[in-house]
Amino acid sequence: MTATADRTAPRRPSAARLGLHRATVELKTFFRERDAVVFTFAMPAVILTLLGSIFDGVYPGSDVTSAQYLAPSMIAAGVASATFINLGTGIATDRDDGTLRRLRGAPMPPSAYFIGKILMALVVTVGETVLLLGVAVVGFDLSLPTDPTRWLTFGWVFLLGATACALVGIAASSLARSARSAGAVMNLPYLVLAFISGVFYTPVGQLPEPLVTAGSLFPLKWMAQGFRSVFLPDSILPQEVVPSWEHGRIALVLAAWCIGGMALCLTTFRWQGRRGR
Amino acid sequence: MTDTPAVRVRGLRKTYGDTVAVAGVDLDVAAGEVVALLGPNGAGKTSTIEILEGHRDRDAGEVSVLGRDPARAGLDWRARIGIVTQDGADLTELTVREAVGHFAHYYPNARDPREVVELVGLTGKATARIRTLSGGQRRRLDVAIGVVGRPRLLFLDEPTTGFDPQARRQFWALIRQLAGDEGCTILLSTHYLEEAEALADRVAVIVGGQIVADGTPATLGGRATARTVVRWADGRQETDDPAALVATLTRRYGGAVPGLTVSRPSLEDVYLDLIGAAS
Ligand SMILES: Nc1ncnc2c1ncn2[C@@H]1O[C@H](COP(=O)(O)OP(=O)(O)OP(=O)(O)O)[C@@H](O)[C@H]1O
Ligand SMILES: [Mg+2]
Repeated sequence: MTATADRTAPRRPSAARLGLHRATVELKTFFRERDAVVFTFAMPAVILTLLGSIFDGVYPGSDVTSAQYLAPSMIAAGVASATFINLGTGIATDRDDGTLRRLRGAPMPPSAYFIGKILMALVVTVGETVLLLGVAVVGFDLSLPTDPTRWLTFGWVFLLGATACALVGIAASSLARSARSAGAVMNLPYLVLAFISGVFYTPVGQLPEPLVTAGSLFPLKWMAQGFRSVFLPDSILPQEVVPSWEHGRIALVLAAWCIGGMALCLTTFRWQGRRGR
Repeated sequence: MTDTPAVRVRGLRKTYGDTVAVAGVDLDVAAGEVVALLGPNGAGKTSTIEILEGHRDRDAGEVSVLGRDPARAGLDWRARIGIVTQDGADLTELTVREAVGHFAHYYPNARDPREVVELVGLTGKATARIRTLSGGQRRRLDVAIGVVGRPRLLFLDEPTTGFDPQARRQFWALIRQLAGDEGCTILLSTHYLEEAEALADRVAVIVGGQIVADGTPATLGGRATARTVVRWADGRQETDDPAALVATLTRRYGGAVPGLTVSRPSLEDVYLDLIGAAS
């Protein structure tokens, strides 16, 4: 204590500190909520295990199995699930059950809520990715790259892809009219996108052209392609839509979705639920 | 009171589409006062309170709460008010202690969460998931979160709905403690007249979005000056001089009067008259 110490009434805690408290509460809530853990967290791993076991064979001209081809794409789908679906349904539920109203009634800076959500989504996404990598390595002999430039690629694809999906999820939460409809509202576009992005349907080069074109408008296709470039050898390139990993284009599309997603969030986010203003 | 009022409302209006929920409410709550808002379902209690809390926009009228317009007030203002809403369904996966502890973090001068849990009588449920609480216990949790930040002004929307009689008494004691020792100003809505009578310095009756009566529980609707009703086995009479009437009756029966009661109208009689007359 110095002579100049502030002796007035204690101050409100900072947004950053409150954001950390929010993250703790969010994580506890997420992992205690069985629905969220099953549908958001376990589902991608189950799908990878099932689809990976059903398909077999090796792509001509390479030693990549169908399951190994599927794995990086499923990681992209897992990232989308842990961000887009997790945040979209989570925020719609918060809006419906009175969480947002209660928080707005407390002296909480709005940014603390988003810091909490984003930290929670980050932890869930990293956990999801590790889980899927584990399944792929143990179950389907996917080998992890040793070249650091590949991990660098993984890093930026992960960051851009997760950020884009998180922002779009936050914006999409406003589309759901209630907590109960949120699951459907979020999962339908997710499943359609996973299909037309060549996640469930492999290899992506075999998809009908109109579907590829539609899928190419959204971030999931590019994130999946980016992860394939990290974990698969270049000998698999003939199975892609174009025989190149197109890193520049991946970065461009994902960054564009980050900016667009942020703009959508800022213009559409509402704190009010069904009872309205 | 020399203080500026904690709440000052003039000509407040709120409509939802064609429904006029609040139709010109005037209301003052002095600092340190406990005011109960009484009124039938759909009278506009929640709408009024939510506007004062800053949770709802108004269509017209002047509103000042702790000297600020709630529609534009900031976080320092929020730190000085406490809110207990009518229908919270959140926080289900946390325990009681976690939830109260979490909300304590938001306030600069919060109470000890353990004390607050004790204060609302939930110590036995402190480590239970909120999802597993009974309806009345859930409401007590809402009250705990509402008071954890040491509010100067507390809004309670039907706080004791679903409480058992003992819990209600316990809650009344808590409110008296907040109002008495700590000088907290309280605006609560309720459907229980005994609650209004037990707690409130003043009662405002709202019907159809308008205040139809405003006074102390003892004088509301002319209750203090209303004529006394004397009932006995085969008669009933209103009078200004009950003693004289009872004396006359005693003489007539030559002793004890069978079935004799002497009563002023109860708060409930007055209230039912008021809402009957207004609708
Ligand atoms: N979001 C809304 N949209 C449309 N109408 C509404 C909305 N909220 C309230 N109302 C209507 O406004 C009127 C007043 O409602 P309010 O909730 O304020 O009543 P209340 O006095 O709190 O009733 P209760 O005792 O049942 O809680 C009612 O007719 C109600 O139907
Ligand atoms: Mg109400």
